Amino acid sequence: MRHAIYLFLTLTAFWLLNSGHFSALMLSLGLGSILLVLFIAHRMDVVDHESQLVHLSPKLPSYFFWLLKELILANISVVKHIWLGNHSISPALTTVKASQKTDVGKVIYANSITLTPGTITVDLVGDRITVHALSQDNIQALETGEMDRRVSQVVN
Amino acid sequence: MLIGATLAILVVMILAIIRGIIGPTLYDRILAVNMFGTKTVLLIALLGFVMGRPEFLDIAIVYALINFITVVGVLRYSDSFAFKQPAEKKQPEES
Amino acid sequence: MDVAIEIMSAICLLIGSFLCISGGVGILRFPDFYTRMHAVGVTDTLGAGMILIGLMLQSQDILIIAKLVMVLLMTLFINPTASHALAKAAIHNGLKPVLGNKECNHTESESSSR
Repeated sequence: MRHAIYLFLTLTAFWLLNSGHFSALMLSLGLGSILLVLFIAHRMDVVDHESQLVHLSPKLPSYFFWLLKELILANISVVKHIWLGNHSISPALTTVKASQKTDVGKVIYANSITLTPGTITVDLVGDRITVHALSQDNIQALETGEMDRRVSQVVN
Repeated sequence: MLIGATLAILVVMILAIIRGIIGPTLYDRILAVNMFGTKTVLLIALLGFVMGRPEFLDIAIVYALINFITVVGVLRYSDSFAFKQPAEKKQPEES
Repeated sequence: MDVAIEIMSAICLLIGSFLCISGGVGILRFPDFYTRMHAVGVTDTLGAGMILIGLMLQSQDILIIAKLVMVLLMTLFINPTASHALAKAAIHNGLKPVLGNKECNHTESESSSR
């Protein structure tokens, strides 16, 4: 029930942000649509502790800023490889280990890897993540495990 | 500058369409379509500002969601016959 | 509108356009499917982000800025999921990546694309 209330508040904020109309008819239509979404989510059985992530909020902003810095560096590297041509790249397929315990942590780690240009999560089985990388430097940066450590800090 | 950025996005969309036409595998084509959709979101947002009607952003949000559902919906059929055909023709079975 | 904000917005739009065109060139130049995916990643993250930040600097209405932030967050959350689904489907259906490593190359006679 608590998760359903969280979902209701999130959906209400989302609706109000998108709408900008505050007449009675619009508000009642919005309430109806929110309740419909809640009903569908309840039927799909997806209303659980994963549908609200409030508990990992305090350390999230610092991780976002670190990820933004990594994103800019990786973008510069990939753009350099694009303009230098095909002989400058050496694609590699490797496997790294995810040390997160929960599913949410693994998903955040894998999504961060994919979001950074130059590395893509190809497969995730158990705690082994298969990564395709554009060059050896990306692999080495990933194998130092700094991103892994930071994601573990955020989730736990 | 807004018009310049719009033209740049149009050029990128043309490049994505070229890759979608000549793409050797099916996945290249899906990738090109995904990129085309993302660039369409940016194009709609930019056009809204060029024409002085930022209400276009609502359409951009809806388009982003539709684009995602399209790609995931197509990939849902990736176990089917047509997806496996090109890979198996070149590669003998190993497993 | 302030001139400084106008100039910053123009710079952001310029960088975003350059990154997007780089990604567009990369999707044509790179040798196989998986490397092309990296090129698309450039346009999806920083290219789109820079253009949307440039647009944010140009508008005064708080509702419009909120919607632009929403578009940006949606792009950043959705695109990795779509790319991962695509890469997973490709590798499970037997599309082999071209590897640049010398010690990995001798096992495969020929790459699957090109």
